[in-house]
Amino acid sequence: MSLPRLLAGTRPGAPLPRTEHLAVHGPCPRADTGLMERVGAAGLRGRGGASFPTAVKLRSVAERPGQRFVLVNGAEGEPMSAKDRVLMQLAPHLVLDGALLAAEAIGASRVVVAIRDEATAALGAMRGAAAERPLGRRVAVRPVPSVYLAGEESALIRHLNGGPVKPLVVPPLPFERGLRRRPTLVLNPETFAHLALIARHGPGWFRELGTTDHTGSALVTVSGAVDLPGVQEIACGTPLGSVLDSAGGPSEPLRAVLVGGFHGTWIGAEEIPSVALDDHGLTAFGATLAAGVIVALGESACPAQELAQTMSWLAAHSAGQCGPCANGLPALAETVTAVASGAAPPDALGRLDRWSAQIVQRGACHLPDGAVRFLATGRRVFATELGEHARHGPCFACRRPTTLATQPAARSAAA
Amino acid sequence: MSEHLRVDPIACSGHGLCAELFPEWIELDDWGYPIIDRGPIPEELLEHARRAAEACPKLALVVSAQRPRR
Repeated sequence: MSLPRLLAGTRPGAPLPRTEHLAVHGPCPRADTGLMERVGAAGLRGRGGASFPTAVKLRSVAERPGQRFVLVNGAEGEPMSAKDRVLMQLAPHLVLDGALLAAEAIGASRVVVAIRDEATAALGAMRGAAAERPLGRRVAVRPVPSVYLAGEESALIRHLNGGPVKPLVVPPLPFERGLRRRPTLVLNPETFAHLALIARHGPGWFRELGTTDHTGSALVTVSGAVDLPGVQEIACGTPLGSVLDSAGGPSEPLRAVLVGGFHGTWIGAEEIPSVALDDHGLTAFGATLAAGVIVALGESACPAQELAQTMSWLAAHSAGQCGPCANGLPALAETVTAVASGAAPPDALGRLDRWSAQIVQRGACHLPDGAVRFLATGRRVFATELGEHARHGPCFACRRPTTLATQPAARSAAA
Repeated sequence: MSEHLRVDPIACSGHGLCAELFPEWIELDDWGYPIIDRGPIPEELLEHARRAAEACPKLALVVSAQRPRR
């Protein structure tokens, strides 16, 4: 079975009904004690961004005593990602198969599926799919605020436990204390869907796609300056150029590509031919495939504006709990904005260096670290444009809408 | 077992007492929040570390055998 795997048999806009799901993928086996070993042998890593080995997570929750939970983290707070809501909308039964199999394997009684409240089609599809199956009564589908930090697992758990959408200091990690303070397996919807296919077809089949280090297929969301933006399923390790071509190809000459979204890495367009989309291949660029967000930036866009507006957006989406993030991100955003508008203080670059170094790894969560990576790689790739803006002020492209989605959020992270 | 200093970044409100009491190990960032050396604290400085932790008005600073996660 080649591509697509996760999206096999799906049609745009409508969920695959249970009967068709079973016809495409075959019956779902029962979870046995061998499932964790098979997931480990398959080399499956989380598809939510951190690429953590899934089998290790399964075992760490299974080993805890007492009541346990499964949490499907479909909050998808990253503005440039759509793959989780698309997967849940089109193939809800595959995600449920994986979540229920994982629950059985680790001895969890309940499954919670958290989905951003704006993703109404995905919410409807997952609810409908749960109602179509006998074990659906074990599944609770919960809409969560459509904010950046909702996908941060400690913030998501804190919210589902009745608190604000704000991260907690870890440890304890969710496998120690999660939903209702009980051990909780938290995985991305796509990771559960892969697990459901590994249970059916085995680790050897899973490894038929991908690289030795980064096995299987992955969903990616391609947007920006391409003719057919959208979600694709690729084999891990696919050349970036092929993925852009599958998205209709560049709609104009490209200046750069952002891999990994708002906490990701900028790669100059001249590098595109040497980029392969797997964690090992991306290491050379300081990037990871993370949650598969790929944004093509055209030459008609203004990189200085992209950086300034995204940094301002990230500063506004800080939970404001940790001093270095609450103070550092606005300071960075203001300075980049000053550079972009030609009003930079003389020591602007020194300030950016100093503050970036000061705030990294000093928050409860990784929001400041991601913002620093986004800015640092952007400054390297767009050094020429930033220098021109600092000297001459705004360019003619500054007034165009940005490629990155940085419209003011409807709600703050404090919701 | 070596001891390390850790700060709870959510609890910390940037009083800065810790940096005054233990400047060998703690400096303040541009907003007054502590930047802490993650390495093991030498035996002869442990007393300073404990004093800094005890002085924190938010109880955000701890001396612990657990190496800081990051």
